[in-house]
Amino acid sequence: MEVSTALLVNAIIAGLLLGGFYAAVSVGVSISFGMLDVVNIAHPAFIILGSYIAYIVNDRFGFDPIVVSLVLSPLFFLLGMALYRIYYLCFEKRGQESLRGLAFFFGILFITEVALVLIFGVDYRMVSTRYGDVTWRAGEIDFPMRLVVPFLVSVAMVIGVQLVLTHTFFGRAVLAVAQDQLALRLMGVNPVRVKELAFGLSIATAGVAGAFLIVIQPVEPAIGRHYIGLAFAVCVLGGMGSIWGTLLGAFVLGIAESFTSTFFGPSWAPAVSFGLLLATLAFKPSGLLGR
Amino acid sequence: MSNKAFAAVAFVVALALAAASQLITNEYFFTAGYTVLLFVILATAWNILGGYTGYVNFGSAAFFAIGAYTTVALYNAFHAPLPVAIVSGTLVAGLAGLGLGYLTLRLRGVFFAIASLALAVVLYVFVVNWDFVGGARGAYILQPREVPFGMPRYIHLIYSVQLLMAAFALVVARAVEHSTLGRGLAAIRDDELAAECSGVPTLRLKIFSAMMSCALMGMAGTTFPYYLSYVEPSSAFSLSYAVNSIAMPLIGGMMSWIGPLIGAVLLGTVQQLVQVTVSSAWNLLIVGALLVLFVTLAPNGIMGWVEAWRRRKGH
Repeated sequence: MEVSTALLVNAIIAGLLLGGFYAAVSVGVSISFGMLDVVNIAHPAFIILGSYIAYIVNDRFGFDPIVVSLVLSPLFFLLGMALYRIYYLCFEKRGQESLRGLAFFFGILFITEVALVLIFGVDYRMVSTRYGDVTWRAGEIDFPMRLVVPFLVSVAMVIGVQLVLTHTFFGRAVLAVAQDQLALRLMGVNPVRVKELAFGLSIATAGVAGAFLIVIQPVEPAIGRHYIGLAFAVCVLGGMGSIWGTLLGAFVLGIAESFTSTFFGPSWAPAVSFGLLLATLAFKPSGLLGR
Repeated sequence: MSNKAFAAVAFVVALALAAASQLITNEYFFTAGYTVLLFVILATAWNILGGYTGYVNFGSAAFFAIGAYTTVALYNAFHAPLPVAIVSGTLVAGLAGLGLGYLTLRLRGVFFAIASLALAVVLYVFVVNWDFVGGARGAYILQPREVPFGMPRYIHLIYSVQLLMAAFALVVARAVEHSTLGRGLAAIRDDELAAECSGVPTLRLKIFSAMMSCALMGMAGTTFPYYLSYVEPSSAFSLSYAVNSIAMPLIGGMMSWIGPLIGAVLLGTVQQLVQVTVSSAWNLLIVGALLVLFVTLAPNGIMGWVEAWRRRKGH
């Protein structure tokens, strides 16, 4: 097969745009898993929940899904806080987080998926936006707006999270929780409270990522589980707890998947994240930008 | 009871049950019984790594599907008979478990959990793209016309084989539990660092128990293509296997071989009833809800209640 430059550039651009979306999917896991040591494998369930809420509002009132998700993100924030409270009381406090905590989140993931199936069925749902069918063309290179808009908002959101973490009192407290909880206690800060707020932030990003997802492609309840491996792969590849690493890892994965789709067929793309995850775990467990 | 005596009792009970069931005329009993026994094997297998060692495997469906698709591949290649398929499927799944364990068990437990989950996705993609075993369309397997041992239908044979395999899984689980290996695994579960410092070869034990656990899951899958004489990727990789094989030991109790058995028989039967009377989506919701309820409110499962009740009676 002859590889043209246009095909190559298109694959890179598509990969970068996809990577921007993956960053939004993974930034929440980077906070909960990388910084708080809470292995929330139910994260994709909240992404799908975000997709469906965006879908309902878009379907009824025609509002833009991404705007809806940003407006409703405080709700996801509260949901995340409540979920962490339960997790803390039932598992972290009793020292049972490793096995039972994981099983708990797995159960939450499963319940959300089945509940969505019971309410909405297994049909694919999609939203209508003004930019959904628009594609910019620069020469032979395509910029589909349904990928560009989520990309821009997503990168802005990830940079925003990084700025909050490094430039506010709350953010620095979160980074401190990741390093040394006892020291934080000695400074008179309650680590549980900090973790609760940070977990809320993590779930809030999931809700917004859900709106991106349904703008990019039609959604059905079961597709969430494909993003579990992906989010953790990005998080580990980038380096645990590093937001810049997550952004970089997301771009690497996006480009790798885009090349796989272009040269081997799209049905192989879901295997890429697992390959990268295993390779990272086997050869460089600290990740690209890990400490 | 010694392990040998237990093995003898388990196989005699399994054979007696298989023989007694032949008197039942209702075909549905064998279909439902097969499914419950399948869950008994999966839950027992999961518990060998999850319950004894504390490492969570989310990829039960992947190893189950490895077993099922080994049968399909051998059938398509040279119409391999069922015993050959069972042995090969068990070995292949065991090797997959060994590989996954070797790569990820030296890291923190959570990485093994995530890798096992991701493995299910990748193997699914692989099978969908593999035309030799039917790809996304699925594959047909013809049940042999002649059923051995004078049984009236092939499902009777599959059911009886599943009974024997369940007995085998229980014997293995109990033997692991009552051996030096089992004590090493318990030490890892309680405090891995302390175990390592006391000279327990933690990595080797973990990899070995992962291999056995995954091999048994593969064994459970080998009969699956013959059960419906048709198999397709999304039924073989169904997430319900993963959820059930975690929920059943957690609900039954993870500390000994009897917990997963109780959990699987109880939850498996309830699911069969709900599936017939209500719907299969509700049935999955119930499993998920029970898992979350038990794990938050009764972390030691049904056997935990029994223990507490015994202790209270003792004093």
